[in-house]
Amino acid sequence: MNFYPFISEILQIGIVLSIAPAFAGWVRMVKCWFQGRTSPSLFQPYRDIRKLFAKDVVLAENASWIFRFTPYLVFGTTVLAGGIIPMLTTDLPLSAAADVIVLVALFAIARFFTALAGMDIGTAFGGMGSSREMTIASLAEPAMLMAIFTISLAARSTSLSQIVQVMYSGQSVLRPSIAFAFLAFVLISLAETGRIPVDNPATHLELTMIHEAMILEYSGRHLALIEWAGMMKLTLFMALGAVLFFPWGIDVSGSASGGVFAFFFLLLKLAASGVILVLIETGLAKMRLFRLTEFLGSAFLMATLGMLSFFILE
Amino acid sequence: MTLNPMNLAGGAISLLLAMAVLALFLHRNQRLLNTLGFIAAAAASLAATAAGVWVVGGNGTSRAVMSIGLPDLPFHLRLDPLAGFFMTVVGLLAFIVSIYSIGYVKGIMRQRPITRLVIFYALFLAGMFMVIIADDALFFLVSWEIMAAASYFLVLFEDERVENRRAAYLYIVVAHVGAIAILLSFGVMSGLATGFEGFHGFTFDAMRQAQFPAAWATAAFLLALFGFGAKAGVIPLHVWLPEAHPVAPSNVSALMSGVMLKTAIYGMVRVTFDLIRVFPWWWGTIVLVLGLISAVMGVLYALMQHDLKRLLAYHSVENIGIILIGIGLAMIFRSFDFPLLAALALTAGLYHTLNHAIFKGLLFMGAGSVLHATHERNMDEMGGLIHHMPWTAALFLVGCIAISGLPPFNGFVSEWLTFQAFLLSPSLPSPLMKLLIPMGAALLALTAALAAACFVKAFGVTFLGHWRGHNNPHIHEADWCMMLGMIMAAALCLVFGILPTLVIDWMDNVPEQLVGTRMGTTAGAFGWMWLTPVARERASYSGPLVFLVTLSVIVIAYLLLHVRAGSIKRVPLWDCGFEKVTARMQYTSAAFSMPIRRIFGFLFSIREQVKLNPAAAHRTVPGRMQYTLRIRDRFWGWLYRPIIDISFWMSRRVGRLQQGRIQAYLIYSFVTIIVLLIFMR
Repeated sequence: MNFYPFISEILQIGIVLSIAPAFAGWVRMVKCWFQGRTSPSLFQPYRDIRKLFAKDVVLAENASWIFRFTPYLVFGTTVLAGGIIPMLTTDLPLSAAADVIVLVALFAIARFFTALAGMDIGTAFGGMGSSREMTIASLAEPAMLMAIFTISLAARSTSLSQIVQVMYSGQSVLRPSIAFAFLAFVLISLAETGRIPVDNPATHLELTMIHEAMILEYSGRHLALIEWAGMMKLTLFMALGAVLFFPWGIDVSGSASGGVFAFFFLLLKLAASGVILVLIETGLAKMRLFRLTEFLGSAFLMATLGMLSFFILE
Repeated sequence: MTLNPMNLAGGAISLLLAMAVLALFLHRNQRLLNTLGFIAAAAASLAATAAGVWVVGGNGTSRAVMSIGLPDLPFHLRLDPLAGFFMTVVGLLAFIVSIYSIGYVKGIMRQRPITRLVIFYALFLAGMFMVIIADDALFFLVSWEIMAAASYFLVLFEDERVENRRAAYLYIVVAHVGAIAILLSFGVMSGLATGFEGFHGFTFDAMRQAQFPAAWATAAFLLALFGFGAKAGVIPLHVWLPEAHPVAPSNVSALMSGVMLKTAIYGMVRVTFDLIRVFPWWWGTIVLVLGLISAVMGVLYALMQHDLKRLLAYHSVENIGIILIGIGLAMIFRSFDFPLLAALALTAGLYHTLNHAIFKGLLFMGAGSVLHATHERNMDEMGGLIHHMPWTAALFLVGCIAISGLPPFNGFVSEWLTFQAFLLSPSLPSPLMKLLIPMGAALLALTAALAAACFVKAFGVTFLGHWRGHNNPHIHEADWCMMLGMIMAAALCLVFGILPTLVIDWMDNVPEQLVGTRMGTTAGAFGWMWLTPVARERASYSGPLVFLVTLSVIVIAYLLLHVRAGSIKRVPLWDCGFEKVTARMQYTSAAFSMPIRRIFGFLFSIREQVKLNPAAAHRTVPGRMQYTLRIRDRFWGWLYRPIIDISFWMSRRVGRLQQGRIQAYLIYSFVTIIVLLIFMR
């Protein structure tokens, strides 16, 4: 029996778990440079998480089991998502267990429970966050699926490994449909990971907050899990964009040296995508909630154009 | 008498009919009536389920002819895989709901006699089973009417309230307009089967053998679509549904939403795939478009509701839409002669039929438990029920996740299959279809995402946070019969979500009967763990793996974090340090859906009013604020109001003929005879 896929599966999950905080730290660092501030260390997020894990949990009196279960579920689904996306090699056992629709659904169930946790305590902030998050998600999710469907129509598959293999084998990079899908994907990634202009991850105790409003009452290890999962989600979206649209360097042969090579390529691509993310975030201001319809609508339109051009031009 | 599916199903129906009669004699002993009535219903449903499972699994078709009914027109019965599948769907939920009813009806028993409820409940179930087993137009329509009439009386059960009478009236009107259309559709088909000369064309067998001219086939299809669409609550024929379903007792709502609507789906599939058989692609497009409209509009209307049961009723419109999407796609694939893809789409639609029955039944049972405990249907008066009814809350949550189409529960699998069917549309030869169908996938994605938002709202406002109500009733957990029913439904949601291959393998005889291909050869090609609709490279989903990996990560994370003695401090809520938090500050259902209401507001007619009563103290200090929000179905104004107005106008005009004088009536007769003599010589 060939153990290589299983080893690479475990390795990949380990890599996602361990580099996610560094990636979040990298984004913060670049952002500080762009804004002319002194940046914290690249490893500050690790220290934050460690500190939170060591702290006691302070729980509101009427918090139910949903509130306590949510961090674990969010963490669990995000880790599974990390095992699905082929980042280093396309020969990933879990990638067959869950295709790209399942991936979207995994993020959706994490969001579902986070929104419930927001309403569990019974504060106005929590409900506000949940309501806004679900509204944005209901607009972002169709656009996300449209963008992904465009690629899977080109690849004739919804399995991520299969899509990446097709994209890797060339031909498809310069198609107009893929370009539109990529643009849509960028916009949706900003919405899904709660970045400017949709939500401001740095905001706290403001009436504009969305994701932060839902997790306001969390503390200690619960907060640590949610924060960690959030960093992983950001990393995963960037990595997903990188492997779907720029699959260079990924290992399709299934050799160890190919895997190491792919790892360095992944780090490079993540570093670059972090810089692009910061460029977008610094260049834009946060939008009003009801302007987001246009933002996400244009993402949807972009994805639709991609699909139309797939049928018309290809 | 040998044991075979037909006898089993016949026995189930006879038991239900006998129970309806017996109930009359048990009127004195209500307690016994409750236990006996619902246990008999559960036993009959179990027998029907067994018959259904047997027929579908064994792929046999059994028939029977019963010489009752009109002279020379005997009732024909037939159990084939399609009928068996729907028999299973109805029987399974009816069994669960009957168990639940034993506990639920106890609560009603304290307020009023339940004899009527038991009689019509049994008749209602019998009617549904008979519709499915019927093999001729006459028996089908008789059963259809028994089902409609029984459910009318069930909706009317608490008849002292005006809204219930109004809802029941609306329901019976729409049901009959639909029934007329179905009658006409069968009339067209049976007439063409015998060339309008004999009577024997009324059997489905005769219709199966007939060749219909395209125009007449279309007429029959459109009439059937209208008739069954009215029963299924397809938009724009849905208005009765959110009125009638919520006011019935909750166990009946569960059956009406969960399985009665499915008999209409059954009728549609039976007429198109089995009786007419050959159809052009645009029939499928009509069904697909209707399905998409129903799905999106249904969920948007559901989001605007604050009555828990009304919200669930609108979700039935949505889910019927999703089922129709699958069936419409199957029709399109079938007409372009892609049997495997048609089998996939049909399986997706039928699997969603089964899944929707289970989770919608679960949700209505949960809503019934809440209603039972709080005597409240308005979510904005509830909150924090999870602390008082932890089991109901957990089980209701399972239903919420399942209906939102999220893994690992069953709703996700059928939506996933529907998406796969959508993504296979590029193989179609028609460019228009190629282009339009992926748009449908986007609408389905929108529906699923909005459904998730809606159920965060429904669960969050009802079960989480603090109690919002003015009165503080004694809230208690549901009793064990109700719990047992809900636990069974929730367990099925999980099993059908994790092990879809087993179910799909079992129901594979249905697509084989209707489109001529099995899906199982590819769907289960890699064992029970993998669902691979077309080919492994195309798409695969492994429910057990997704579930187990997530679960193990959760357990590992939990254990790792609890190596040290856990330290959890319970304190008052923080809310950014704001101290005077009251329960009235929580988000209500209207507040929760406000962003979506603004974004999709153009689809509704919304009247929003804020009234400010000036305070006595000073004019800068606001006094009590009054906020009213009225959201109405646009279809009511667009479609129904004009029809109602026209029919009243016409009846007023026709009423003028009615003079009350015998001379005038004699003149009418005289003129009629003269006219007839002139034209009909």
